[in-house]
Amino acid sequence: MELTGADILVECLKKEGVEFVFGYPGGAVLHIYDALYNQKGLNHILVRHEQGATHAADGYARSTDKPGVVLVTSGPGATNAVTGIATAYMDSIPMVVITGQVPTPLIGNDAFQEVDSVGITRPCVKHNFLVKDVKDLALTLKKAFYVATTGRPGPVVVDIPKDVTQHKAEFHYPEKVEMRSYNPVVRGHVGQVKRAVKLMLSAKRPMIYTGGGVILGDGSTELTELTRRLGYPITNTLMGLGAYPATDKQFVGMLGMHGTYEANMAMHHCDVLIAIGARFDDRVTGNIEKFCPTAKIVHVDIDPASISKNIKVDVPIVGCVKNVLEDMIRVLAELEQQPDREALADWWKQIEEWRETDCLKYDDSGELIKPQMVIAKLYEATNGDAYVTSDVGQHQMWAAQYYKFDKPRRWINSGGLGTMGFGLPAAMGVQFAHPEATVACVTGEGSVQMCIQELSTCLQYGLPIKIVNLNNRYLGMVRQWQQFFYDGRYSMSYMDALPDFVKLAEAYGHVGMNIERPEDVEPAFKEALGMKNRLVFMNFITDQTENVYPMIPAGAGLNEMILV
Amino acid sequence: MENEAGALSRVAGLFSARGYNIESLTVAPTEDASLSRMTLVTRGSDEILEQITKQLNKLVDVVKLLDLTEGPHIEREMMLVKVHAVGEHRHELKRLADIFRGRIVDVTPHTYTIELTGAGDKLDAFIEALAGTTILETVRSGVSGISRGEKSLRL
Repeated sequence: MELTGADILVECLKKEGVEFVFGYPGGAVLHIYDALYNQKGLNHILVRHEQGATHAADGYARSTDKPGVVLVTSGPGATNAVTGIATAYMDSIPMVVITGQVPTPLIGNDAFQEVDSVGITRPCVKHNFLVKDVKDLALTLKKAFYVATTGRPGPVVVDIPKDVTQHKAEFHYPEKVEMRSYNPVVRGHVGQVKRAVKLMLSAKRPMIYTGGGVILGDGSTELTELTRRLGYPITNTLMGLGAYPATDKQFVGMLGMHGTYEANMAMHHCDVLIAIGARFDDRVTGNIEKFCPTAKIVHVDIDPASISKNIKVDVPIVGCVKNVLEDMIRVLAELEQQPDREALADWWKQIEEWRETDCLKYDDSGELIKPQMVIAKLYEATNGDAYVTSDVGQHQMWAAQYYKFDKPRRWINSGGLGTMGFGLPAAMGVQFAHPEATVACVTGEGSVQMCIQELSTCLQYGLPIKIVNLNNRYLGMVRQWQQFFYDGRYSMSYMDALPDFVKLAEAYGHVGMNIERPEDVEPAFKEALGMKNRLVFMNFITDQTENVYPMIPAGAGLNEMILV
Repeated sequence: MENEAGALSRVAGLFSARGYNIESLTVAPTEDASLSRMTLVTRGSDEILEQITKQLNKLVDVVKLLDLTEGPHIEREMMLVKVHAVGEHRHELKRLADIFRGRIVDVTPHTYTIELTGAGDKLDAFIEALAGTTILETVRSGVSGISRGEKSLRL
């Protein structure tokens, strides 16, 4: 049977098992919205801004193992989506973004709401397509989902001109697709895995360092098993939190610019570094010249381009982390050799000494609410079992430091691009995916205002997100850098004329709470979490002078932390 | 590469986004109409070249990639030079073109247009040899490359 392009699109999404499409209508996608009107099974979520749609789809994808799907119109619809696409690209999040385009005869004519969406998104997508013929539509969408979800995942844009959605073609959705120019590696090289395991067993001061790849590759169970068998210390990157239980004693905390003293010192002094699904980002390595000076490095990554990009490694393994970790566990069982228990005991003794520094301690005896304490109380009040999204800045670091994630896919933040405005819409996507779960959005008064309009979406769909606003009346991370590195010249980091967040929440039909005293923090969480079906905007008035510690200044090595 | 609209801009965009340098780039369809072949000349340390290779391989439109400098290979570039040619000088220019195995492909009372093919340094040498002649215009095709021997780049 012949279908219109719009109907073909809807059918393709259904065949892919898509539950939610996050989008916003407009001229170029009217045929598609008409097709959505006439169907059952696909839920379209109407956001208030296209950036919100991309972040919501992104949050959905991060908290599940499914791709997020976005539908926006041409021109400004597409450009508004770009920030969200770039956010997903930097963190390797699988996403399919359908952008409307002006009719094919008008392309290149500076038509109303025309923009070269394929051109604009090219540097921030894994791949993109312009569909010029309705006959190619189904196959192109199949390819889009295939590319987005396999190998190192990422966003894929499919640009569809309006006339293509109106034209008819025979509908056939392929079960499988093969692309001669795209063959992602799945298994690691067995010989390399053996070499890696032997090197790992030879270590006197081993260290396991894992990133977002373990979460995206669903390798958490295998990572935990391998780490426990070896008895080695493990650290996670900002993107990798939750891949290994944070409450386990082998976990030494997050590493990097705001990582723990023990994690960064152990990195600096280790003799064998086992990097898994991590990409040696500049926020992790600090000064590359001073990074892990005595270590031999094993690096497992699905993307060959990540290997030896910033740091030269000794045993590279290209493959899906889950499979490689399984192979490592198997090889470990086959080998007679055991880790050097004596050396390991000395190493742990040293690490425990570093741990005694208690680098995350803070003084909450004063009159002002300490932001760290808010996160600690959130952790307690949610039994450590909430999905936590965040925006970008100090609150993000505190959430990462003080909420101990024991499970993967619970910590949802924009690590790579560092997109303010991510937290609230991402929380929407998470709540759609997990309607019964507690979803908290840890944010700041700067970030939350960047996508505040989505409070309206939350009301429309009854999303009971708990917004934890750490309100210090400053763009805190900017202020912190200005304090440390610009002699306290607080250029444009103070926000005058903030809204009354309680009234704002109420205006959007939600519950707002002001919390100004430390003793009110715990009861406030109890009250807010008790409102199971309501979005609660919790505005915590926090200590303005608080900084994120420890901190590695730019250009310093991991052993050169500022400790308070 | 896939012979598709946008494939070239993906390559060019990758080089500019990551700060790599393109010395020359040629691209044209092959005997298989669905494929086009690109020869790209770049410079960099071994680490940079390794990254360029990996990043290019990541592009979905890139079907196969080969570093020709890893083995014996042939590089050819074509150049057209339009020079001022009058009087006695015309004979000299004809001889010079012959020495370089170039051909005069267009003649006017005041100009010659010379076609010359070879490796880049041969073309450079010819330009140098033209010192004293007024060069009106040059156009170079950029380098095309192929490996020597029986091995060939195929799918």
